[in-house]
Amino acid sequence: MIDASATPVPAKGPRARITAVTSGKGGVGKTFMAANLAAALSRRGERVLVLDADLGLANLDVVLNLHPKITLHDVFTGKRELEDAILPAPGGFSVLLAGSGLVEYSRLTPEVREQLLGVIEKVAPRFDRILLDTGAGISDVVLYAVSLADEVMVVATPEPTSLTDAYATIKVLASQQQRRVIKLVVNQTSRMAEGRVIRAQLQQVVDRYVSNGTDTPLKLELLGDVPMDNAVREAVQKRQLLLETIPGCEAAKAVGAIADKLIA
Amino acid sequence: MAAHTARELKPAPTLRLQAALQLLTQSGMTLPADAPQGSLPWLQAVIDGLCMLSSRDALTGLSNRRQFELAIAREIDRVARAGEPALVLMADIDHFKVVNDTHGHAAGDEVIKSVAQSLQDCVRPMDTVARFGGEEFAIILPNCPPAFGHTVAERIRTKVQRRPVMVSPGVEVSVTISLGGAFAPQWVRSSAPLWIERADQQLYRAKAEGRNRACLEQPTVLQVSAEERGLLFGTSQFQDLE
Repeated sequence: MIDASATPVPAKGPRARITAVTSGKGGVGKTFMAANLAAALSRRGERVLVLDADLGLANLDVVLNLHPKITLHDVFTGKRELEDAILPAPGGFSVLLAGSGLVEYSRLTPEVREQLLGVIEKVAPRFDRILLDTGAGISDVVLYAVSLADEVMVVATPEPTSLTDAYATIKVLASQQQRRVIKLVVNQTSRMAEGRVIRAQLQQVVDRYVSNGTDTPLKLELLGDVPMDNAVREAVQKRQLLLETIPGCEAAKAVGAIADKLIA
Repeated sequence: MAAHTARELKPAPTLRLQAALQLLTQSGMTLPADAPQGSLPWLQAVIDGLCMLSSRDALTGLSNRRQFELAIAREIDRVARAGEPALVLMADIDHFKVVNDTHGHAAGDEVIKSVAQSLQDCVRPMDTVARFGGEEFAIILPNCPPAFGHTVAERIRTKVQRRPVMVSPGVEVSVTISLGGAFAPQWVRSSAPLWIERADQQLYRAKAEGRNRACLEQPTVLQVSAEERGLLFGTSQFQDLE
């Protein structure tokens, strides 16, 4: 269960805007999206940190082909300084990787909450944006990580199971965190305006069945759709950033457009 | 050399075989008659018997605390890997002290045995029913969907309520239990103490709300109803709604 009082107190002075990247179902390209979006935002001049908040089954290191020696695990256990765990990634942004040793943290204990919150508070003043790459689904770790974010982006594919799970996530976030806006990215679309149709479809069900307990009903905002593109598969298999290897492809352009919309 | 001497001075370890055999006999276990004493099958039977004894509660025959810890660790592992829903129920006999004070400890033992039997009667073979301590019991229910949790807990509660216990000739006492339950977070590796604690919290709630009831933690699993699903996919995706 999420404790509303766990929401961080905003620190003084400028601090990073925290964007949670989540999804109802695994394997929809959430981590891929976080990494490439981070690269796109960096190109647009933002200082970006991607924080691997999928403490149980993190794979940001796999997507970026990084072999970190120092991870959040070492920071949590007090073996290393937070400073040492912030690593430069290929796309010009920074990453904080969870490390597989964090499996034992995947249950949300008060200590894990404290530590995650502490880490975010410490790094927030040094970046313009922190992307929280959360786990999939609605486990309490995911919900807690999302609760630390200023805005949340749900990644879904047009596949029915992905949409159903995305809807379930949206429903929980609305009712438990009183979200008024949830951003949506539709990945692997195969026809024009598919993202727009899906957003409308989801919004229709949300309007009818979801209450966020506020006077402002929940609005789903489409950040964009990323078309199915062989270049993506190629980049993923090479474990490289799409924006680095094949920047001109349709999917890369779509990610760029999403970055633009996120900054605007 | 000095070390060698020291080792010689230490008394040789004694094999407590006699004590083991006594324990087995006392608990009504028989060793295979056709296996000669000291043979491999005979030793295996002794070890099996001792394992059995060390995993059972002497009074009720249920799994004991030790066996329960093993079972819950295994279940946590399975939930983390397979993502199947699993429920832990903690049950406590209501006003047990009154039974003891009024009818004596032997009567208390009868009540505990009867409740144990009721619990065992209500579960599937794959479930683990354990005596957790005193008058408290714990049940692990693997692969139990959230929608069924309350039904199971209620079934157990009514079963106990409907079975008065004969504590001495002509003296029957009616017994009730309170239950608290929590589901393991799916796909996530929990820990036994945390999971039990969450179930315990629900048990406290059941006690506070008046006893003889079952309280379950509401899992974060949100049901997407057939209606919602219908609306989500009912309209053709080819049709632009905006």
